Amino acid sequence: MKKTYKIDVDCANCANKMEEAAQKTHGVANATVNFMALKMIVEFEDGQEPKAVMQEVRKNCKKIEDDCEIFL
Amino acid sequence: MNKKQKKMLARILVTAVLIVILGQLNVTGYARLALYLIPYLVVGYDILLKALKGIRNKQVFDENFLMAVATVGAIVLGEYTEGVAVMLFYQIGELFQSYAVGKSRKNISQLMDIRPDYANIEGEHGLEQVDPDEVEIGTVIVVQPGEKIPIDGVVEEGNATLNTSALTGESLPREVRVGDAVISGCINMTGVLKIRTTKAFGESTVSKILDLVENANSKKSQSERFISRFARYYTPAVCYGALALAVVPPVIQMLMGGTAQWGLWIYRALTFLVISCPCALVISIPLSFFAGIGGASRAGVLIKGSNYLETLAQTKYVVFDKTGTLTRGVFEVVGIHHSQMENERLLEYAALAESYSSHPISRSLKEACGKTIDRSRVTNVEEISGNGVTAKVDGVSVAVGNDKLMHKIGLTAISCHQVGTVVHVAVDGIYAGHILISDVAKPTSAQAIRELQKVGVKKTVMLTGDADRVAQQVARELGVDEVHSELLPADKVDKIEALLAKKGDKEKLAFVGDGINDAPVLSRADIGVAMGALGSDAAIEAADIVLMDDDPMKMVSAIRIARKCMRIVYENIYLAIGIKMVCLLLGAVGLANMWVAIFADVGVMVLAVLNAIRALLVKKL
Repeated sequence: MKKTYKIDVDCANCANKMEEAAQKTHGVANATVNFMALKMIVEFEDGQEPKAVMQEVRKNCKKIEDDCEIFL
Repeated sequence: MNKKQKKMLARILVTAVLIVILGQLNVTGYARLALYLIPYLVVGYDILLKALKGIRNKQVFDENFLMAVATVGAIVLGEYTEGVAVMLFYQIGELFQSYAVGKSRKNISQLMDIRPDYANIEGEHGLEQVDPDEVEIGTVIVVQPGEKIPIDGVVEEGNATLNTSALTGESLPREVRVGDAVISGCINMTGVLKIRTTKAFGESTVSKILDLVENANSKKSQSERFISRFARYYTPAVCYGALALAVVPPVIQMLMGGTAQWGLWIYRALTFLVISCPCALVISIPLSFFAGIGGASRAGVLIKGSNYLETLAQTKYVVFDKTGTLTRGVFEVVGIHHSQMENERLLEYAALAESYSSHPISRSLKEACGKTIDRSRVTNVEEISGNGVTAKVDGVSVAVGNDKLMHKIGLTAISCHQVGTVVHVAVDGIYAGHILISDVAKPTSAQAIRELQKVGVKKTVMLTGDADRVAQQVARELGVDEVHSELLPADKVDKIEALLAKKGDKEKLAFVGDGINDAPVLSRADIGVAMGALGSDAAIEAADIVLMDDDPMKMVSAIRIARKCMRIVYENIYLAIGIKMVCLLLGAVGLANMWVAIFADVGVMVLAVLNAIRALLVKKL
């Protein structure tokens, strides 16, 4: 399953780091951050509950870049 | 400017004023330090906080850390003004970057904003505006002059001129009448139209296109990957480099028996840190691609991801499908030869005799004739399968068909020297001449092939299922380098694979088709380009690049746009890395001070961002 989320982040490098953090989160098959469109596209592994996974993704992103937001 | 940016601007201004004032004061010692800490904290407190948080979260090497160390270091060394100035300029750069990115983000989304806001439905109290999402298939909607058609449908009532430029980038107006299919996103320029919708809003052309453009950047190009990988190794490398620069030379100097000059080397190491910020690179590359894709979509070229933009720029082979791509795909009367009567009369006889047939040939005869066909003039119609038709028109016997038919009724047909479908006509038992019907090349096809060679395409190839003679003639007419004819759809894939096997690694192959029946070929080529995709969902889905109208010249523009964008991308990579490397070297040997370092950081970023925005300007390509 694939879902798109709106995000807010100021710098392009931070967006790259968010992408990396999201990819490493358990339950995420693949994630891409589009800095210019301010969007995160997350592909979930089968049988994962997107809501719960996204909470983790958000937590991990906050860890690497304090000044970011994912609108769930 | 948004709230965050305004706040930043205020902090920057306050700091600048404070620095000027402090420069006039004559205070020394700790009082001076305390005074300078005020502007420093005003402008840089968030950077310091972020750096601390980064360390706590084990994300040590980022820009904030670089800036915090460099400025704190400068202040410890007693270079108060420089410490504050570095932080100030860094923040100015960040503000500019955020402003420029926000601005271009807004510009591009405005350019691409073809989303209709409402649909008009006739209600009890006149027209009602409703959300297009709520309009069901088969509803009649009303589109007034100046309004956008919100949903795909068929005209029920009225006629009008449509402006398709939002979709195709061309301002060629299109006339529509009752019964014509219309697509969403076009602007109604003249009359009131009543349209019966044939699709839901979400499935309509305009929604599909928006979806495609908005999700374009989810596929990243190699250049973008390169930059993010580069940034990942680069920042730590520079940090260790700076540490080495601060420690190694003084230690060596001490061992050699000289003075260590710690202050000097630490200052150089700090300069090194300031220069090294990777932001110029990291921001300008995706920005260039974003602007390139935005500009292209404005010109009627939809690109599904920056990776395709990159591949398109390396295209050396362009393979075209013939029918519907290089040619119009409709059969037209192109000549009337050996006619024993006026051409119009011959054509009228033929059209009348064929009037009961639904064959494409009879349709082109009717169209060429131009008059309304009065079928009551035709009697005794007899269709001879595979040969043609015999009938009585106004009581005169007419035979229309191929040479076999002529032979059958005892006449010798004069064969035609030109390629196409030849329709012989006999009137009253006498051979009356023949009509040549063929598929005609689009007016811009030959020019497109020439221009492609000019933009560096090595070879143009045409694939077709048509007869060899026809294919060869079209190829000659258009100047195509290579032609393969009489191919079944599966053969086309084989031909593409053969071409793919022959070419070099860096040379890419693009296939251009009309999106009908060539989905396997589109996906096999390095880049699949669907053309004239207005209203064809299948093509939009199967292709990597979609040309919104069916002009082959669009392929040339697409390649030019891609080349320009890639040129900007490389310029930015070389500019940013090059200047930084030079400055790093100069910094290490002490030739560049903190001020040069600030230019290398902020100045380069500003230049790179401005350059990236240039990719949006594609109108003249």
